[in-house]
Amino acid sequence: MNDHEEAKLRSVLKQSLPAVNAELGRDLWPQMRRRLEERAVSRTWVAALFAPARLSAVPWFDWALLAALVLGACFFPRSIPIWLYHL
Amino acid sequence: MPVLEQPTDVLERFATGDSGAFEELFRQFQGEVYGWIVRMVRDPAAAEDLTIETFWRVHRAHARFDPQRSFGAWARRIATNVALDHLKSAQAKREQAVSPEEGLVENAPAAAAPDPDVQRELRARTQKAFQQLPARLRIVATLALIEERPQAEIAEALNISTGAVKSRMFRAVRLLRRKLKDLGADL
Repeated sequence: MNDHEEAKLRSVLKQSLPAVNAELGRDLWPQMRRRLEERAVSRTWVAALFAPARLSAVPWFDWALLAALVLGACFFPRSIPIWLYHL
Repeated sequence: MPVLEQPTDVLERFATGDSGAFEELFRQFQGEVYGWIVRMVRDPAAAEDLTIETFWRVHRAHARFDPQRSFGAWARRIATNVALDHLKSAQAKREQAVSPEEGLVENAPAAAAPDPDVQRELRARTQKAFQQLPARLRIVATLALIEERPQAEIAEALNISTGAVKSRMFRAVRLLRRKLKDLGADL
């Protein structure tokens, strides 16, 4: 492709594609801040679910039951379907 | 494109996750990032959303930023990737919506006479052919041929060599001419 053809293609492209104003017309920070806050809220929700205070509120008996289930599953893996059946 | 760089302390604070430093950088670079994106996607509304997406990725990647390097160049590279993703998904949607037969303009030869109708038709065909280019080639063609950005700047933004920019531009022009020929508008 020679320079003349390239110049012609350039000119046709410039005429064909809509011209754009590259200046930003407004401040996008409020929109950005909203996005950051949304993320912070979802993070807070996850943090609240697994917060130490929440976990310590679980009775010791439930922890003991969970530990027994885990140990049982480790030592007697064939019993897993039976437990799942009773759930 | 003017690149206003920040003092290193702001960049260092940003790299450690300081939200005030992020806001300062956002306010300083939002116009530059928007300008870069809108040149590639040529849609102001989409460019605003993509600017937010770019800064969102910038925010998430703060720990990987090296304060000794240029923030503007780093943000521009992320913005280019965001724009590229947008163009790819927009192209996929367009291809799903329009079958190839529907997309083609009637295969009539374009006359060389400066008839306004013929010129309008040529522009429409050129626009269609340009939109059909793969996103990777389209971005290079937009920046090099329409925006006339230096090849080194394009190479830096795309994280490729200037040789690769030249190669992509050559392929873009060749493909564009072929598509224009298929659409009945030979240049």
